[in-house]
Amino acid sequence: MNYGANEQGYYGDFGGAYIPEMLYPNVEELRQQYLSIINDADFKAEFDQLLKDYVGRPSPLYHAKRYSEKYGANIFFKREDLNHTGSHKINNAIGQILLAIRLGKKRIIAETGAGQHGVATATVCALKGIECVVYMGEVDMARQAPNVSRMKMLGAKVVPATSGSKTLKDATNEALRDWIANPVDTHYIIGSVVGPYPYPEMVARFQSIISLEAKKQLKEHTGKELPEYVMACVGGGSNAMGMFYHFLDDESVKLVAVEAAGKGVDSGHSAATTFLGREGVLHGSRTILMQTDDGQVVEPYSISAGLDYPGIGPQHAHLYKMHRAEYVSITDDEALQAGLLCCQLEGIIPAIETAHALAYLEKMKFKPTDNVVICISGRGDKDLDTYIKYFGY
Amino acid sequence: MNRLNQLFNTKKDNLLSIYYTAGYPTLNSTLDIAEALEKSGVDFLEIGFPYSDPVADGPTIQHSSEKALENGMTLHLLFEQLADLRKRVTIPILLMGYVNPIVQYGVERFCKKAAELGVDGIIVPDLPMYEYEKLYAKYFIDNNLSNIFLVTPQTSEERIRKIDGLSNSFIYLLSSSSITGGNLKVSVNIEDYYKRIKAMSLKNPAIIGFGISDNKTFTKACEYASGAIVGSAFVKLLGGDGYLDKIPEFVNVIRG
Repeated sequence: MNYGANEQGYYGDFGGAYIPEMLYPNVEELRQQYLSIINDADFKAEFDQLLKDYVGRPSPLYHAKRYSEKYGANIFFKREDLNHTGSHKINNAIGQILLAIRLGKKRIIAETGAGQHGVATATVCALKGIECVVYMGEVDMARQAPNVSRMKMLGAKVVPATSGSKTLKDATNEALRDWIANPVDTHYIIGSVVGPYPYPEMVARFQSIISLEAKKQLKEHTGKELPEYVMACVGGGSNAMGMFYHFLDDESVKLVAVEAAGKGVDSGHSAATTFLGREGVLHGSRTILMQTDDGQVVEPYSISAGLDYPGIGPQHAHLYKMHRAEYVSITDDEALQAGLLCCQLEGIIPAIETAHALAYLEKMKFKPTDNVVICISGRGDKDLDTYIKYFGY
Repeated sequence: MNRLNQLFNTKKDNLLSIYYTAGYPTLNSTLDIAEALEKSGVDFLEIGFPYSDPVADGPTIQHSSEKALENGMTLHLLFEQLADLRKRVTIPILLMGYVNPIVQYGVERFCKKAAELGVDGIIVPDLPMYEYEKLYAKYFIDNNLSNIFLVTPQTSEERIRKIDGLSNSFIYLLSSSSITGGNLKVSVNIEDYYKRIKAMSLKNPAIIGFGISDNKTFTKACEYASGAIVGSAFVKLLGGDGYLDKIPEFVNVIRG
């Protein structure tokens, strides 16, 4: 099976570049140039060096012994939470800033949900001395206030998105509008595997370091490079795509993608896209999205700002339709409980996004010999307020 | 040949088109506004069907779209409202909207229904040329609907030629790369761009849109193209009281 994109940027029925003509030159420039740039030896050397010395890669693959005992399998945590800036988002931000410089761009824009991608983008812009504007939903700015301050400290301008649900989808709309108005000097660093082609493919490639390392590390731990299960949470789906990438063609590896059910899939307050969505077009690609019968995008809900998105990346839509990965969902309550459990069993405070993936361990049936790799996509410092309020610490 | 083709065959310059959002300011205002615009001497109309995430639109049309959705406008309802369209309005009508509502309605069904009601053309800003050619063109052609493509100052000559080949009524020339509702800044660069397009001797006439808001910008646009489209400036008028009575004066002021 081929799970990648064809020349027109389609993963089966999904993908493409549904963009207004105003964005065509920018997106076309990227499409024509990104592969030759990222395959260039000079790019690779700088990318690898920054991932090593600046981000702190490789991120450890940690054998979580108390989790393994509890769930009756060998459970490994891929520790993206230990990256500089606290999540996997930095992998893509480094890749795209190096690309933007080679495209001659002078200004960077980005959207952010939880603020992790915004912080990662502000960080690499500081590193390279480039102007940075981050769009963030007004609601998200309130619930992820520490990350707003971080971005400002790093020299970025944070612009509130005040339309619609005032969350990630609206921040993405505003970033796209900015890009339309600034077509020549600006590069848009999209933070997830969404958007018009080549973004889903490009972001997946930058994140694929996660599974590249994990394969090697698992072999060191167990003598086998293929686990039985690979698990990750999915909003737009970038940590999941990075975690799945080098396992896609190994059909024996079961891939589990965990969406945010919010207050419950049927509650009317959910972000479980594959359960509630239908095929359509969102943010420049054909994918699965939550929408009304009239084709209006539904405002999603999750306690986790990073999963509060009404669609999934087009490659995820393809993996879902082909049954290559299993898409499941976890509620706010289940995620928060799992987050606390991870603190108390392993001494790791996970991001609430990540806690969704951890929570699904409760619903899995493992054999004692199973090896399970789960992506710890981010650390929970940014979520302390939410945890503290929920548990009353 | 649809009404749009007939119009462009007979009138070559100073064409004025007006855009507005169906369902704004009130749910049932769509046809009353169309009728008033025709009586005021507008040459053709663009009726927008609202979308929740209009990325190519500025604050004015974002607002009218949001209000229209709140008022309960849907594509189904718009088609019901347009049942009397050709009893009340004779000028060419274009529908303008984003691709997702069309995908949900069904492309073939959408084209059939639009044609049946007397619609002449469609503008879908986020429908790319590749997808149009591959999946949409046959339904547009079968139903005698013109598809209108946008061209910006950054569009290459090769691509403009391709767009010209796929068009059969007019090409929508953006005054700048911007979202709707911006200010038209007529600079040397923009004039060069208009001149460049004019010198290409395209088979389709060009109509300039985005940033056309008054007589000055309309007149300037008409120097280089067959006409111009006013959108946000008109939608702003609809936000005030007694808008139907103000339409003739609005059109007169634009025309000068």
